[in-house]
Amino acid sequence: MSPDITPPAMIQQVINGLAALNLLVSFALLAQHRLLSVLHWFAAQGVLLAVTAAVVAHGSGNHELYLSSVLTLLLKGLLLPWLLWRIIMRLHVHREVEPLMNMPLTMLIALVVTLFSFHIIQPIERISQLMTRDSMAIATACVLLGMLMMITRRKAITQVIGFLAVENALFFAAIGSTAGMPLVVEIGIAFDVLIAALIFGLFFFQIRETFDSLEVDIMESHLIHKDENE
Amino acid sequence: MNLFLALLLAPLLGGLLLGLIRRPQWAVRVNVATGAITFAFSLGLAGQVLDAHGFDALGGWFHLDAYNAFLVALTAFVGMTTAIFSGPYMRHELEGGRIDPDRLRLYHSMFQLFLFGMLLGFTTNNIGVLWVSLELATLATVLLVSLYRTPASIAAAWKYFILCGMGIALALFGTVLVFFTSSNALGHGNEALTWTLLHAHAGALDPAVMTIAFCFLMVGYGTKVGLAPMHAWLPDAHGEGPTPVSAVLSGLLLNLALYALVRLKMLVDGATGGDLAGQIMMGFGLLSLFVAAFSLHKQRDIKRMFSFSSIEHMGLMTFAFGIGSQLAGFAALLHMTAHSLVKSGIFFTVGHAAQAMRTQKMADIRGLIRHHPGIGWGLLIGTAAIAGFPPFGIFASEFLLFTAALDAHPWTTGLLLFGLLIAMAGLFRFVQPMVYGEPAEQAVPVRVNMLPVYIHLGLALVLGLAIPAFLAGWYEQAAALIVPLRGGA
Repeated sequence: MSPDITPPAMIQQVINGLAALNLLVSFALLAQHRLLSVLHWFAAQGVLLAVTAAVVAHGSGNHELYLSSVLTLLLKGLLLPWLLWRIIMRLHVHREVEPLMNMPLTMLIALVVTLFSFHIIQPIERISQLMTRDSMAIATACVLLGMLMMITRRKAITQVIGFLAVENALFFAAIGSTAGMPLVVEIGIAFDVLIAALIFGLFFFQIRETFDSLEVDIMESHLIHKDENE
Repeated sequence: MNLFLALLLAPLLGGLLLGLIRRPQWAVRVNVATGAITFAFSLGLAGQVLDAHGFDALGGWFHLDAYNAFLVALTAFVGMTTAIFSGPYMRHELEGGRIDPDRLRLYHSMFQLFLFGMLLGFTTNNIGVLWVSLELATLATVLLVSLYRTPASIAAAWKYFILCGMGIALALFGTVLVFFTSSNALGHGNEALTWTLLHAHAGALDPAVMTIAFCFLMVGYGTKVGLAPMHAWLPDAHGEGPTPVSAVLSGLLLNLALYALVRLKMLVDGATGGDLAGQIMMGFGLLSLFVAAFSLHKQRDIKRMFSFSSIEHMGLMTFAFGIGSQLAGFAALLHMTAHSLVKSGIFFTVGHAAQAMRTQKMADIRGLIRHHPGIGWGLLIGTAAIAGFPPFGIFASEFLLFTAALDAHPWTTGLLLFGLLIAMAGLFRFVQPMVYGEPAEQAVPVRVNMLPVYIHLGLALVLGLAIPAFLAGWYEQAAALIVPLRGGA
């Protein structure tokens, strides 16, 4: 019933390599101090995803995936980073970002998170007929690392990049472990991500206008104060 | 199935049209008309489903059975009455200068798009599209939560966006995992995400993968249901947004998330043959009940207080679906209907009360019955209904839930009763001073339309006194669908 989507060994090696690179980029994103370098790594992740999708498309013979690959390159490699760059420039915030926790501790937690992902994915790997044994575990790790980024950052923009990195990792999970979700779903997700990014952009300006800052803590304090003063 | 297509197109086209209408008076009328048309279509469709016991529509992309057809009708109904309520409410906000005509246009347009997302989510047969439409409904409401552009409302919308974005990302990961195992069994295409096929072949799905997938789906969709401990976004979003938005968030959006969770639970039950998924849901349900019941007592804002009551009731429903017996399923569906009706009715009343008293602070709201009997009695009766007093529908569903819990897990009944009592005490502790006594001096007369509230409470009363036979038959059909097939499919 299911088509033979097990690619040749060479391709598997390449996909393994790309998966490892993806994990590396996730760590790099977590370790950046400057807002612009976070953005550069995010764009790099988008391009890497597009390449991975193209390789998987070639390896599995699933031609719908070429379309996903082009879509990913345009949306995640070019459009979203460009939009965010424009916003950063317009808001004049291309300075430092400071993580909540100190860097060594964040990295240590990231390592533990990665090990944990490999641990929980173990029961799945034995039935994986596809690609690589590790791509699912790496994708899980990337999802959790993106969430870690959202938790540890104080700035609204870096939180959003963390959110988009999670979305990237999910796309990687879909192509790495299942050779891509059906096209309708893929397009629906891409559409949602685009709308979400536009709303995020709108929010940055609203937040800046209202709070005169993009620090999340300052926003939170308004909710807490409201609760206490009333 | 042209009726079905019309049902989906009505809110979509209505939303696009409303984006163009600049005159507030006309926008309000078009909004109500769109709601009424959608509701009429949903009734016709529900009749068809009831006759045919479920069918596929539009080439198998959509599936209608007893379970979702009644939720479609409920959604269209609450959407319509909320549109009726929001007319005078939003006009008052416009006159008070809290919003401008452009934002009113955004509000009307997004309101209908939200309903479109809801109806798409309930009727789709593809669990990937279900995810997409839930995200669509969320995105449509994010901008509505920050409609007033106050610091607190922007912060609340941001929190809503980020937390639900995170939650929904986890749900997508769970969906990818389901596809991972189902594409082995059903081929690498849309079939592997088609719910009816997945349900029929649930036994072929890998139990280990489905268990891990359910953990992600539970936390992901559970965030949107508002289950503790992922509920942090909910009180803020309900408290800071315009009241019609609070009403549809509480009355409708939470239902869609729970609906999605139950659909996926049915697959997991079929794959594993155990009831681990049900036990996880019962755990989250009980925890939510307790967290909400105790948090209720600490609130100062009237809308935040009632949003905790929503968490409490979503917890009860999740618990009931978790039990998994047919009786519990019946109770959960009845509870879902009654809660949607009563809670949106309460939010309508609260909206008028807050406008009349010019504050959402419960300490400053006094003497509602003296000031405006309609609002005061509406709030008092609504609170009695939501607290589970007979003869309203919530009493009936909670009674059934207790019976089901006593059958399956007797030890939980004590906990449930305790949680409900605490929540009830919290509700009345705040509501009594608000409705009795002398009105505060800042009170102003407001234009009020209490008709939607009375219709909602009247229907809740009917549900409690005598459930119409067709409705009971409907719930029975739906509950029979939901019951897990023990021992694997």
